[in-house]
Amino acid sequence: MSNTAKTGAFEGHKKLERNVTLLAAATLGAVAIGGIVEIAPLFWIDNTIEKVEGMRPYTPLEQAGRDIYIREGCYVCHSQMIRPFRDEVERYGHYSLAAESMYDHPFQWGSKRTGPDLARVGNKYSDAWHVQHLKAPRSVVPESIMPNYSFLAEAELKVADPAANLTALRHVGVPYSDTDIAKAKADLAAQANPEADAGDLATRYPKAQIRDFDGDPARVTEMDALVAYLQMLGTLVDVNSAAAQEELTKAEGGK
Amino acid sequence: METVVKRLGMWACVLMASIAAIALTPDSGFAIHAGIVGLVAVILIFATATSYDPMARAQSIFRMPPGPSRYDDDVIRWGVIATMFWGIAGLLVGVVIAAQLAFPQLNLEPYLNFGRLRPLHTSAVIFAFGGNALLATSFYVVQRTCRTTLALPGTARFVFWGYQLFIVLAATGYLLGITQSKEYAEPEWYVDLWLTVVWLSYAAVFIGTILNRREPHIYVANWFYLAFIITIAMLHVVNNLAIPVSFLGAKSYSAFSGVQDALTQWWYGHNAVGFFLTAGFLAMMYYFVPKQAGRPVYSYRLSIIHFWSLIFLYIWAGPHHLHYTALPDWAQTLGMVFSVMLWMPSWGGMINGLMTLNGAWDKVRTDPIIRMMVLALAFYGMSTFEGPVLSIKAVNSLSHYTDWTIGHVHSGALGWNGMITFACVYYLAPRLWNRERLYSLRMINWHFWLATLGIVFYASSMWVAGITQGLMWREYGADGYLVNSFVDTVAALHPMYILRVVGGLMYLTGALIMAFNIWMTVLGKQRVEAPMGETAHDDAADRPLPPITAAQPAQ
Repeated sequence: MSNTAKTGAFEGHKKLERNVTLLAAATLGAVAIGGIVEIAPLFWIDNTIEKVEGMRPYTPLEQAGRDIYIREGCYVCHSQMIRPFRDEVERYGHYSLAAESMYDHPFQWGSKRTGPDLARVGNKYSDAWHVQHLKAPRSVVPESIMPNYSFLAEAELKVADPAANLTALRHVGVPYSDTDIAKAKADLAAQANPEADAGDLATRYPKAQIRDFDGDPARVTEMDALVAYLQMLGTLVDVNSAAAQEELTKAEGGK
Repeated sequence: METVVKRLGMWACVLMASIAAIALTPDSGFAIHAGIVGLVAVILIFATATSYDPMARAQSIFRMPPGPSRYDDDVIRWGVIATMFWGIAGLLVGVVIAAQLAFPQLNLEPYLNFGRLRPLHTSAVIFAFGGNALLATSFYVVQRTCRTTLALPGTARFVFWGYQLFIVLAATGYLLGITQSKEYAEPEWYVDLWLTVVWLSYAAVFIGTILNRREPHIYVANWFYLAFIITIAMLHVVNNLAIPVSFLGAKSYSAFSGVQDALTQWWYGHNAVGFFLTAGFLAMMYYFVPKQAGRPVYSYRLSIIHFWSLIFLYIWAGPHHLHYTALPDWAQTLGMVFSVMLWMPSWGGMINGLMTLNGAWDKVRTDPIIRMMVLALAFYGMSTFEGPVLSIKAVNSLSHYTDWTIGHVHSGALGWNGMITFACVYYLAPRLWNRERLYSLRMINWHFWLATLGIVFYASSMWVAGITQGLMWREYGADGYLVNSFVDTVAALHPMYILRVVGGLMYLTGALIMAFNIWMTVLGKQRVEAPMGETAHDDAADRPLPPITAAQPAQ
């Protein structure tokens, strides 16, 4: 530091180097700004999530399936986010809308496609295909490198307290009604059991698919829950309906 | 005696609480975790109760510092051993999951399926291997550069063991299916709370030591450690905000959803790279490279400029993980612009490290530790150039969701983080265990070349795999239809996945050679070997040629 006249800023920095409180405060300030500017507005800018028809919270069975999807780390190899490119839209369906993951705590967009995107996999394959594919992927797709998940068909679905799950989700902003929570346990059992009386399940959860999913009507397994979840992915919003198209055009015009 | 009773009581309470949790929880994974905590309490009860002379016993178990005349290095010795142990474990799991992608029969359901092992690999290498290296080196560096012993020595010991408990809970949790599915932040709410306590204690020890310093200035390495500790605390707390379903169960639901959750996660995820794997490791670079080279840091001003610009810019780069998703466009563009700008401060750090070798470049030939440091900085430079390139939206549209990202991460992780950690451990081992030298320098050379070749295999196979898959996904035929089904693109990658396993095995072999070398050094052995970098002298050959006898004409 011979030419001290030109080193004002660097001389000033010596204050920080001599005071750990100042250094720590300045560091915290420097690292906080970026997050505040980028993340905070997402909570109050209205057009972050354009409203679309058809979105509803998950049924207790679908949510249980989603929890299994997370437990097994499916997100490690499968995305749920279709990008607006010609090839992706042709391969997987309409590109994903922000509203379609508005009830996803946590989000499952993924970061890697070792396997295909699943955002709109619902109703593309039969239940029997999914069960066979999950049990032994290479028996359906010989080149597949997916692990076997045959234990799901053996494991009885055990959700300690379905109502507590829904209550926790309501605390973080998912609009479950009191009825939904009160009937959570019954809903969970009824959706996968053709014998049971599902009551008003289909009214409270429009487009809910009520049937036995795993080919074993006698009991509700983890396979039931996971297949129920997979079969509803991307089916709630009718992106091709005229109304949805109009909403989308408006959203894009509004940018 | 009174303190022993108090401690016994405290551990007994922990034990009772864990037994109660096991009895009451309907969640088997949570019960196993409570069991692990209970086991720790039992070990501590046993350790406390069997002590005849309570204070002396406690001091020997936890190796309280010898006094103000010596640096407090026990935690650092444990940290070096833990770094090697978790490093080998993490690399081994990495090789296993790489093999699973090439040969899916290697998946053993349910506990050893790829989906459960992959977080085990990432957490083991980042938080267990990298974290212990940061813990050990930061405690070493802060004492030396402040010329004082660790503040709060008891807390420092708690930080080390508390962090190991965090690792065990996280790792067993993944195998049991306990995860909140946020990449690099998978542990559930109670493990997150525990880590927060450990981390704040870590900050207290580190900042306390700086407050006690006997030098007027805070050395540049400590700025980076400080930024790493503060920022990780902020990221960890915000990204893990969640509501537990029950206080007697592992499951929780994230406070955020969809778009907001995605950006919060990648704000965290990218800065786990930026602050855990970059700022913290740059701190290691700023102490150990000048030490090993015997040269001062190249430029003080460059270190100021690149420190502040690096920590300010890094935080903005998260959205480049979400290009072309449902995240608003303005956020994506902001993320891209800042990621490209980040190139400059990153290279500022690389230049400051490499130029420190000015006047000592000959050591690259003779000193394998310096060579590792140079290679680490070279890989740091390469991957911080590749990163901005991948963050450009046009490039990202091809590379995202493919193995190119995996290749990029590993050129940084294996090349930069791995190599600089290995170099620092090689530097530390003889000094910490008071040995004249390492067991073998030639083994470092073997380690160096195995690791370097391993990285080349890994990175190049993943580049080819990523670009292949990206191009195959978007390939259209003359008829206007997509050419490849998804599974065609999976089958095409098979040879590349095998090459990756080969690269990973080479890297792991290098690390095993290192573990042996360090172990022998700790035992105080020295391998008899020819010194490196000296031209061999053969005394018998050092003679004039015999006089030429007259040639005999042929008959």
